[in-house]
Amino acid sequence: MATKTVPGVLASFLQVDAAVDAITGLKSKGFRDLTVYSAAPNHEIDAALDHPISWVRLFTLIGGLVGCTAGFAMTIWMSYDWPLLVGGKPIGTPVPYVAIAFELTVLYGSLCTVAGMIILSRAKSLKGRAYNPLFSDDRIGIFVPCAPEQAPAVRELLAHAGSEEVTVHGA
Amino acid sequence: MTAIVHEPHRPTQTHAEVTRDVLGTLGTPSRGYYMALFGAIAMFLVGLFTFVMLLKEGLGLAGYTPPVMWSVYITTFVFWIGIGHAGTLISAILFLFRSPWRTVVYRSTEAMTVFAVMTAALFPIIHIGRQWIFYWLLPYPNARFLWPNFKSPLIWDVFAITTYFTVSTTFLIVGLVPDVSAIRDKVTGWRHTIYKMFSLGWTGSDNQWRNYSKGYLYLAALATPLVLSVHSVVSWDFAMSIIPGWHGTIFAPYFVAGAIYSGIGMVLTLLIPLRKVLKLEHMMTDYHFDNLAKLTLLTGSILFYAYAMEYFVAWYSGNAFEQTTFWRRAFGPMWWAGWSMIICNAFVSQLLWFKKIRTNLTALFIISIFINLGMWFERYVIIASSLSNDYLPQAWAVPAVTWADWGILIGSFGWFFMYFLLFARTFPVVAIQEIKEMIPYPRKHGGGH
Repeated sequence: MATKTVPGVLASFLQVDAAVDAITGLKSKGFRDLTVYSAAPNHEIDAALDHPISWVRLFTLIGGLVGCTAGFAMTIWMSYDWPLLVGGKPIGTPVPYVAIAFELTVLYGSLCTVAGMIILSRAKSLKGRAYNPLFSDDRIGIFVPCAPEQAPAVRELLAHAGSEEVTVHGA
Repeated sequence: MTAIVHEPHRPTQTHAEVTRDVLGTLGTPSRGYYMALFGAIAMFLVGLFTFVMLLKEGLGLAGYTPPVMWSVYITTFVFWIGIGHAGTLISAILFLFRSPWRTVVYRSTEAMTVFAVMTAALFPIIHIGRQWIFYWLLPYPNARFLWPNFKSPLIWDVFAITTYFTVSTTFLIVGLVPDVSAIRDKVTGWRHTIYKMFSLGWTGSDNQWRNYSKGYLYLAALATPLVLSVHSVVSWDFAMSIIPGWHGTIFAPYFVAGAIYSGIGMVLTLLIPLRKVLKLEHMMTDYHFDNLAKLTLLTGSILFYAYAMEYFVAWYSGNAFEQTTFWRRAFGPMWWAGWSMIICNAFVSQLLWFKKIRTNLTALFIISIFINLGMWFERYVIIASSLSNDYLPQAWAVPAVTWADWGILIGSFGWFFMYFLLFARTFPVVAIQEIKEMIPYPRKHGGGH
């Protein structure tokens, strides 16, 4: 099934301060659902967008805690499931099991971090939003979803901010 | 007045030039590349043939000589595990320290880590003899309701290496995604289709970067303790036993320093020819190699201290078994291995105090070969030499090294180089996105690049 195009305006910028001006201007006009493309993360763009901090950390924390618990639970349970008494020493000994619990903390924490990155990145669908391959090279892109009647005003704002190319999509 | 600050870590190219230069490394390979690749495949085939013979005839083909039942294979296992550590140090620890010089070299070192651990993982399987039941090492419900002994460092090692391999591979793949998308947008045809598949829908949107940057940071934070833990656990395979020469509390830090030292040695062995073959001289400069050499000097000096401490503790302990072991390391039947280890690691690394040597790539390459040799010998001395003279003098024996030992050792280098060479022509060996992050975007009224 063909992806439905999201109507809006796509602008391409060479200069970072021009892109930041455009983001600030668009937000002041009430456009919040912007998609900004860049080849590398940039602090000025982050500051202009002012997004809340990513929730990936929660996935990392939960993964780490689950891994640690699983490590101790598995080793202690398996030790008592087939108890082997050697030299009168305790059967379940948490100290050597720290090695296993530590490794599983790191393993589960890492895998959950990656799962969190994928889930949260896909939470905002980019399907149908215009993209230009130059954005992975040296240009900064801003896609503004808007109704066709708003497109001329958005186009004007982006051009005024310093965009080198503005195109209207899905009109 | 504006101060002119020399920033050797800051790339001089524009964003577009970075993409172009790195893309250039993925073009049609040179004859030298093919020769290296065929050489690696030939070496791998030698190892494969030897492995088939081991399967057919059994471990008797290898030079196991009682009481030395851990010999070349376990030595080579520890060697390859150690090689991986420099990759994680450079990609994770130096990332957390915001060390700018790592940016150009970390991708290839990270790939080196993954391939080194893949190589190392073969050895316990080869060594156990009955390779078809290797999964007995894993905790799974079996017919006799038995579970592994979690008090054994060998089982800790299974978990440590499985975790290390999984996390290192994940870290490498996550780092590659934005770079693969940059290549996807530049190539056409079937290459576009393949890179599109590997780019996982990456577009570099603000939402993707927001989650990616945080996730990468947490992955680096999780990978960091692995640098210290994995080789500590490997060292406990030995230190937890009472064999003279093994039973030392110094083993964990001693092994970690050695692992990083050997890893950087391999990084130098790989990167010095690679920068020439891939024409990356303007990206990987003397500045990067100077920093790598300083890390080598630091870890080499720690090793020097550890060697001295081992001998001192053996003498100071007054324990006859320890003293005999260390006396025999220097003057016994395996003296050649003991002195190779000390000369190649402790002494050769001290040459790097001189800046002229640190910035001379030919000298660095030669030193890196000595490091690789020295670190293999270090493990051989620790493992085989210690086992050769335990508590029963009448059982003492010098291990033999047979063609089956050599075949597997050569094959492991072939297996490692084959993967590394294939990686270097398929994926960017220099991290496009991180280099671009260091280059300021242009500004309306000048500035930037």
